[in-house]
Amino acid sequence: MISSNNTLRQERLRALPLTGAMRPDGEPLSLEEYEAWGGYQALKTALATMAPTEVIATVKQANLRGRGGAGFPTGLKWESMSPIEDPRRPRYFIVNADEMEPGTFKDRMLMEGNPHQLLEGVILSAYAVQANRGVIFLRWAYNTPVGNLKQAIAAAYEKGYLGKNILNSGYSLELTLHVGAGRYICGEETSLLNSLEGKRPVPRPRTLHAGELGLWGKPTIVNNAETTCNVPHIIRNGAEWFRNLGRCDDGGTKIFGVSGHVKKPGAWELPLGTTVREIFDDYAGGMSEGFKFRALIPGGASTQFLLEEHLDAKMDYSDLQRVGSRIGTGAIVVMDDRTCPVGFLLNLERFFARESCGWCTPCREGLPWTERVLQSIEEGRGKAEDMETLRFLIFMLGAGRTFCLLAPGAMMPLESGLKYFQEDIDKHISGNRCPWR
Amino acid sequence: MLTEEEKREILKEVEHYPHPRAASVAALKILQQRRGWVSGDLAEVAALLGMTPAELEGLATFFSHIYLQPLGRHVIFICDSISCWVTGYDMLKEYLQDRLKIKLGETTSDGRFTLMPIACLGICDYAPAMMVDEVLYTGLNRMKIDDILEQYP
Repeated sequence: MISSNNTLRQERLRALPLTGAMRPDGEPLSLEEYEAWGGYQALKTALATMAPTEVIATVKQANLRGRGGAGFPTGLKWESMSPIEDPRRPRYFIVNADEMEPGTFKDRMLMEGNPHQLLEGVILSAYAVQANRGVIFLRWAYNTPVGNLKQAIAAAYEKGYLGKNILNSGYSLELTLHVGAGRYICGEETSLLNSLEGKRPVPRPRTLHAGELGLWGKPTIVNNAETTCNVPHIIRNGAEWFRNLGRCDDGGTKIFGVSGHVKKPGAWELPLGTTVREIFDDYAGGMSEGFKFRALIPGGASTQFLLEEHLDAKMDYSDLQRVGSRIGTGAIVVMDDRTCPVGFLLNLERFFARESCGWCTPCREGLPWTERVLQSIEEGRGKAEDMETLRFLIFMLGAGRTFCLLAPGAMMPLESGLKYFQEDIDKHISGNRCPWR
Repeated sequence: MLTEEEKREILKEVEHYPHPRAASVAALKILQQRRGWVSGDLAEVAALLGMTPAELEGLATFFSHIYLQPLGRHVIFICDSISCWVTGYDMLKEYLQDRLKIKLGETTSDGRFTLMPIACLGICDYAPAMMVDEVLYTGLNRMKIDDILEQYP
């Protein structure tokens, strides 16, 4: 009975590694419950039988790519960590759990439902890069995850999964939880480091690689929370299993979310490479009664719009680019026919303008300017030349002209919005009012 | 002036980090928790953290969750990001402003509520959402808001 139950559980986890063990009510799994699902087995195996380089090699072969938005291959990032012969200590492994991309609610779900999965991922990742200090950087507004993670960390220390000489392996890791104080820019890797150091969290030059020169100038790796949650499963089931989970060249599953006026908003763990249409129709149930589909952003606020004709694209790291967008955080926000596209764009740009850290001039000045132009169009004060101004701003705030990627990210929905909603914008300008009001 | 207790609590945070200034956000939060907001002169706190007062002030003014003005007894954080905006933010904001007779960023004259905007709360499948103090409320409409406000005297 017990063994068949176990087999069923293992099968479920092999299909849905990130969420298969979670309870339907979303309450956190305790350490014992997580262990009953095979939790911490990967850690035991790795510490007893695998060299750190083997853990890196496995994750590299698995083709795990960063789930925070940029999609950088995790194994490659780990290899950028200064070698263990480098005498500088401590070496840091940091989890970026400062989730704040509008429309995104995946890390919250993972941390609330299964905090130990994240912890096992932290310990394995830290072991791989031979870090002896770990930090989870968590958003202050996520107070349920704060409580769950605090409890989980204490339990893991008590069980000997954290602290000195973990499971008698000779490997030690001290882990702390850092709760931020609210700013989107803190999710930018180098701003996050400045924030942890107690400096104003503006980005650092992109020429400084954290693996060489990270927190307090020490070797450091920063990974997203969802990325980290994948690691125990890769070690347990192998690289090939993980690669085969994806329905595309990229390995694994991904948490996809859908919000807006759809029948069943929610988040689901699905293979990478699932089409946008399947997620929208089969999981989110299509549009709510009385609403028609106009467009969607597939991966949070800093991704380009997709139209009906693009919905057969696969949610992965390459196919969405073919149709002019990108996977971002995998958080789909749907725009319906009763929502004004100019208002939608204004809401996105207002967010970015407010969250600009002010460090570089194009972003600090350009984003509020963008917001003002969109607002005047939305309020019926727009002029024909406003389009030219917006195109100028898209150029001036584009990649390579700003210190970090916040402003270029902000321009992505705007640029595609100008392309797809030109008619709607023209109506605002020629009619001197918003047709939706 | 810092109380002895505040000082002790801040110094305890400092111990967790290799450099004292790393505890700056934690120190500001300690003051906020004890006093309701970050009141008084920051010079003394800065000295404990090995920072100049200007550096600490630069941090205090940067973060949206550090308050340099008194707040109401309860703080309503209403999410104004895209999923909540699509599902009714404007209407709910107007309703809250009318009911409380304040604008975003203001506190009611009886000191009961402060109304603040907040970026995406990460609960977009149950939008629209808001947080009152530390409690998250989702699937909001006018009636729900009435019920929620009742719970915060």
